[in-house]
Amino acid sequence: MTNRSISRRTAALGLPALLAASPALAQRAWEPMRPVQFIVPAGTGGGADQMARVIQGIVSKHSLMKQPLVVVNKAGGAGAEGFLEAKGARANPHMLVITLSNLFTTPLATGVPFNWRDLTPVKMLALDEFVLWVNAASPWKTVAEFTEAARAGRLKIGGTGSRQEDQIITAALTKATDAQFTYVPFRGGGEVAVQLVGQHVDATVNNPIEAVTHWRSGTLRPLCVFDGKRLSGTEKMTANEAWSDIPTCKEAGLDVEYLMLRGIFMAPGVTPQQVAFFAGLLDKVRETPDWAELMQQGAFNTTALDGEPFREWLTREEARHKTLMQEAGFLAQPS
Amino acid sequence: MEEIGLLMQGFAVALQPDNILLMLLGVTLGVLIGVLPGLGGANGIAILLPLTFAMPPVSAIIMLSCIYWGALFGGAITSILFNIPGEPWSVATTFDGYPMAQQGRAGEALTAAFTASFVGAFIAVVLLTFLAPLVAGFALQFGPPQFFAVMFLSFACFIGLGRGSPLKTLAAMMLGFLLATVGMDTVTGQLRMTFGSTEMIRGFDFLVAVIGLFGISEILVSIEDGLTFKGQKARIDLKVVLRTWAEMPRHWAIALRSAAIGCWMGITPAGATPASFMSYGVARRLSRHGDEFGKGRVEGVIAPETAAHAAGTSALLPMLALGVPGSPTAAVLLGGLIMWGLQPGPMLFVEQKEFVWGLIASMYLGNVAGLLVVLVAVPWFAAILRVPFAIIAAIILVVCAIGAFTVSNAEFDIVLMLAFGVVGYVLKKLDYPLAPLVLALVLGDRTEEAFRQSLLLSQGDLGVFFSTWLGGSIMATGIALAAWPLLGWLWSLLRPAAGRERPSPA
Repeated sequence: MTNRSISRRTAALGLPALLAASPALAQRAWEPMRPVQFIVPAGTGGGADQMARVIQGIVSKHSLMKQPLVVVNKAGGAGAEGFLEAKGARANPHMLVITLSNLFTTPLATGVPFNWRDLTPVKMLALDEFVLWVNAASPWKTVAEFTEAARAGRLKIGGTGSRQEDQIITAALTKATDAQFTYVPFRGGGEVAVQLVGQHVDATVNNPIEAVTHWRSGTLRPLCVFDGKRLSGTEKMTANEAWSDIPTCKEAGLDVEYLMLRGIFMAPGVTPQQVAFFAGLLDKVRETPDWAELMQQGAFNTTALDGEPFREWLTREEARHKTLMQEAGFLAQPS
Repeated sequence: MEEIGLLMQGFAVALQPDNILLMLLGVTLGVLIGVLPGLGGANGIAILLPLTFAMPPVSAIIMLSCIYWGALFGGAITSILFNIPGEPWSVATTFDGYPMAQQGRAGEALTAAFTASFVGAFIAVVLLTFLAPLVAGFALQFGPPQFFAVMFLSFACFIGLGRGSPLKTLAAMMLGFLLATVGMDTVTGQLRMTFGSTEMIRGFDFLVAVIGLFGISEILVSIEDGLTFKGQKARIDLKVVLRTWAEMPRHWAIALRSAAIGCWMGITPAGATPASFMSYGVARRLSRHGDEFGKGRVEGVIAPETAAHAAGTSALLPMLALGVPGSPTAAVLLGGLIMWGLQPGPMLFVEQKEFVWGLIASMYLGNVAGLLVVLVAVPWFAAILRVPFAIIAAIILVVCAIGAFTVSNAEFDIVLMLAFGVVGYVLKKLDYPLAPLVLALVLGDRTEEAFRQSLLLSQGDLGVFFSTWLGGSIMATGIALAAWPLLGWLWSLLRPAAGRERPSPA
């Protein structure tokens, strides 16, 4: 309760400051003249969709933009539909796309003619974490015990979608442990977590937000996080564990790292002023307490990049996805 | 009992004046959303979700869940009046609802549908109030093999339902399965049967197909029949509500059975659509007047509506208690919970008592509000049928086109809808049943997915479907049901005397 009222007050203080800053910015800058379409290349209710709708809510609640932001889901073909639409909307400044790892995986796995260079990168908002989860009733308390069991007999890993992030992590696990896993694709992260609670699969690589409630109720156990450094949340989530108590997979002896992009792109051929407007808008979004709350809840990695560093990051990640997917045999056959 | 006390507190929250206002607003919006085919509860709620960002979470979920109830009610309206299901779960309602409307009994059909919906929802909410933790545990037992068993049972309930040739039923079903495979294959992550077209990667959305197959083809048939609607004699008076209510208690057994099917399917979570089909199938199988189903029996409206609403309501339970959405609409609500800072799952019931019980109380009140809103409107809805066909047909066509477009904001879907309309017209003329096609299209990909997931888990061993008592018993029931018409046919072969009575055309 106290927490919430404090955050309300910060909002009240922060808002005039934002409004005062905007006229200075708006002197010769470009501004949207029509409602801005916000494409989500995934279905309603998923992580990308949630984030897009939070941004939409923040923009309207704090009146950050004169024109409304309209969220549109284009989920067909693992997001290919949304990406192709943005690619085809050359020089249209009234269109944003939120991306997840399918920015890389969908064109590689399906051969749909699309590449991230077909869009204009605006900003990396955050990176989504992945955690290795097992059922709390299982005998595996550490990564070492888990890998030992996996080498002894084929374990089943449930994940979201096929040839996407969860299966890529599974492929990386196979490579790092020399154990074979059976990967079973499901539709959504929440469903995957429940399959593990019901012991229909042996492990999952759910995002923190998808599995946190089962961890807290004592049915799931986290083994390690697929990031270079530990998660930042130090608040106790269970009786004696916080997010920061989960070891990284690397320190637990499993050299696998994977983070998922939550970034914003525009259509190709837009002007630098137009990109600057939305980069500025997203910076304002990131300063709001509502955003901080979302980041904390989902235990996100809050790294943000734009401009050249963002492009470099994208180039590097694309190459990495290509290698990982090639080794796992996930690339589309040239037709 | 602790639950009663908590529920009373919940009522205190839900009965605050501004919450009541939001409830009525939600129900009315929901009915409108349900009436417009294609818009659907999921889309409607997704659009309104950001507006609720500034509200307290309890008020927000009360309004949004009331939109959901409203959409559940509203889906029946166009099914009955125009043979156009506004929502996937009201397809089964068209089977008897539309013939009733054609006989001038639209008011009766609507009243029966709304009342049945209310009864189904009410039973499901009571279940939710008192058995939530127990039921959540039951839902955990459903892995892919058990889920496939449930889907198999839905199809089995349906085989032998068609009045026409069983081979035509089978052919229509296979066509539905075929259409369901187009687009993304979720198990391998590959595109299937898109023939390089970017429009095809979306696959055939169920709603686009249904709007075409049912709505557009119905208009084509009506035009051929001489531009008249057959339901013009519909009288406008509120007494029809009371008259129908007087007859309702007779169908208590169907209502209870359908509510049980609905609750079960909602929790599984298979959702409202299979629940409505399964419930219709069972009602028909067990009825003494089974042959008259599809010609305007009121039981044929009560059964699917009760089940759909019971499933729609109980689908919220896995969402709240486990974080797994039981329907697309529940999936959007789930996103909403996270936006408001509430983490759905087992801890929600422990830590957010005020929220959970406020929501459950609003389910009771929202359904009462919904029933009142739609019942009062019955005569006006029925009166729509008195508008000359030449005018109404044009409006329906426009609404259908908007609906088809809204499903995924694609112009191509309007063309598809028209194509499905022609296909539907031809199939009707050739006497192919449309229902099995629709059932296979809506459940086909999830069934296929569950089947392949199961085989992945078992490394290709088919025995996995019988490896647990739960999955095994559902499968066995399904096989028995599917084999029923076959057994009857064998029986008639074994008794040649019975066969000779009918003159054979060959």
